[in-house]
Amino acid sequence: MKKLLVALLFAPLLALASGEELHLDKAPDRSNDQAALQNGAKLFVNYCLGCHSASYMRYNRLKDIGLSEQQIKDNLLFTADKTGELMRIGMQREDAKVWFGAAPPDLTVIARARASEFGTGPDWLYTYLRGFYRDTSRPSGWNNTVFANVGMPHALWELQGVQELGDEHKLTLVKPGKLKPEEYDAAVADLVGFLKYMGEPMSELRKTLGWIVLAALAVLFVFTYALKREYWKDVH
Amino acid sequence: MASTAEKYKSDGSLAGNALEWFDARFPAMTLYKEHLSEYYAPKNFNFWYFFGSLALLVLVNQIVTGIFLVMHYKPDAALNASGVPVAFASVEYIMRDVPLGWIIRYMHSTGASAFFVVVYLHMFRGMLYGSYRKPRELIWLFGIGIFLCLMAEAFFGYLLPWGQMSFWGAQVIVNLFSAIPLIGPDLSVFIRGDFVVSDATLNRFFSFHVIAIPLVLLGLVAAHLIALHEVGSNNPDGVEIKKHKNEKGIPLDGIPFHPYYTLKDMVGVVVFLAVFAVVICFMPEFGGYFLEWNNFIPADPLKTPPHIAPVWYFTPFYSLLRAVTYPLLGIDAKFWGVVAMGGGVVIMALLPWLDRSPVKSIRYRGKVYKTMLSIWVVSFLILGFLGTKPPSYTFFGVIPGAPVAQILSVFYFMYFITMPWWSKSDKCKPEPERVTG
Repeated sequence: MKKLLVALLFAPLLALASGEELHLDKAPDRSNDQAALQNGAKLFVNYCLGCHSASYMRYNRLKDIGLSEQQIKDNLLFTADKTGELMRIGMQREDAKVWFGAAPPDLTVIARARASEFGTGPDWLYTYLRGFYRDTSRPSGWNNTVFANVGMPHALWELQGVQELGDEHKLTLVKPGKLKPEEYDAAVADLVGFLKYMGEPMSELRKTLGWIVLAALAVLFVFTYALKREYWKDVH
Repeated sequence: MASTAEKYKSDGSLAGNALEWFDARFPAMTLYKEHLSEYYAPKNFNFWYFFGSLALLVLVNQIVTGIFLVMHYKPDAALNASGVPVAFASVEYIMRDVPLGWIIRYMHSTGASAFFVVVYLHMFRGMLYGSYRKPRELIWLFGIGIFLCLMAEAFFGYLLPWGQMSFWGAQVIVNLFSAIPLIGPDLSVFIRGDFVVSDATLNRFFSFHVIAIPLVLLGLVAAHLIALHEVGSNNPDGVEIKKHKNEKGIPLDGIPFHPYYTLKDMVGVVVFLAVFAVVICFMPEFGGYFLEWNNFIPADPLKTPPHIAPVWYFTPFYSLLRAVTYPLLGIDAKFWGVVAMGGGVVIMALLPWLDRSPVKSIRYRGKVYKTMLSIWVVSFLILGFLGTKPPSYTFFGVIPGAPVAQILSVFYFMYFITMPWWSKSDKCKPEPERVTG
């Protein structure tokens, strides 16, 4: 009886494996790699921040990833005057709707929003940014293997080059870009790493804090448990 | 409660004098004795008895973190300069620009789920040991009231981050009221304050979440505790400790709540806090169950998500709602779904009168009760799981989820409806005179 109940309890977990599939490539981890995150920030302000805002993020927050106030001012401050400002954009949403069919979403927390049962948000972004291919039937001339009929053109095409979708749903590079395929993958990994950082800038801090809190609670546990035992000695 | 009339006498120290002055004007010592130092609780509380005090702890956590969140949160659905709703942006402002704001916010969002975890376990304890039985029916009823308030509080609060799931979840639930015959459509407009979920809805839900429901909740918690301390706690053996008292009128199997249970609960609190800290520091979204992925996308009234799932703690009842697909008496099936969902909660309030077993605790109940309770628990869990999935879900790609949910919904209700018969005729073991430890 008990075994049957236990089996029933776990049945839903096994059943998770069923259903439609979306295959995502695993995004390389860049969380503790400041050089990669800085490269990601550079790619972000150069290739994304023209159309997408990151309007919950302040420029000077980038000190988190090892940049100085002056470096931020000199290299990244394209859309604002002061480093304390939010990463906003000048493009009007009404115009963007006409140009792309939909206003480009704010990207501050995109790495959190894109998580699903198929993979993490970074996995989705890593696959998506490498999944653009030429499609003349689309207004922008581009389509995507992860996000079908996406409104966004391939913003990174000069880096990656041009891909085409083959018969067996395979992408082939027909025109090389500035970067070699493995260099492009690494650049996208940096960019995705930056998006992940930006989605939750305190995520490394909270993990560090977690271990400290657990250590403190472990000490507290020893004392509270000893105190409880001492008092309960006379309860029979 | 023998010594309630005694007033505190100072030992001559300054603190003693102050306390004497205070106690002469306010029943401080009486309250302290009645509810802590001379409240005699059974000495055989086990693991399941931690969750009452933990629920109180989580309540305090929600109130304190909530106070700080309200200082920075803005219930405003208008779009800011970047085209993001102000409410959504203010949550991210708390997460980034408010010092320690992210901890406070995660404590609050994780606390909401933790509240339901401890309350579900607390209620299950009541079912295991028959804590709802005479003379504790009123404690149980206050408890169901608390549970209803908690559901309302969670529902109203979930709209506030103004993400896609906030918006569409509220839209779906408020639309349910439109299925009520005659008054339904007007009622749902009345609840929203608009024809769709909008700024008006956000503001009234904010008001309910931070003022109205917490006031009722606190009142009910006080009533729950006062009623408990009036009749005394049940215990894993389900026998009354007040039947055997010593010459001073103190139950032989009772121990003062303070210091014994305050210290024991402290141990439970530390363990709970460790689990709580693990979630906050290492997995604040809890795999999309505590913070749903889609809720990191601002609310968009023009874009319906393909799958709208309530947060995990509502999903068993959401499954009951979806299980009803047949229109009855010429009224929309949706209406009967609402009746099933509401009935699923309210029927629990009847437990004290449905259970007619001669014993209270599962320790002395027969096979029938144990089997029925097991089936009910498994039904509840699978209904909860299916509630997170779209209705088209299939187990292993073969067993369709929808009919499974319907069968389990029937089980869910049959457990309560048929209880008066099988609980009475079940072959029970004799209860002990005293608690067995």
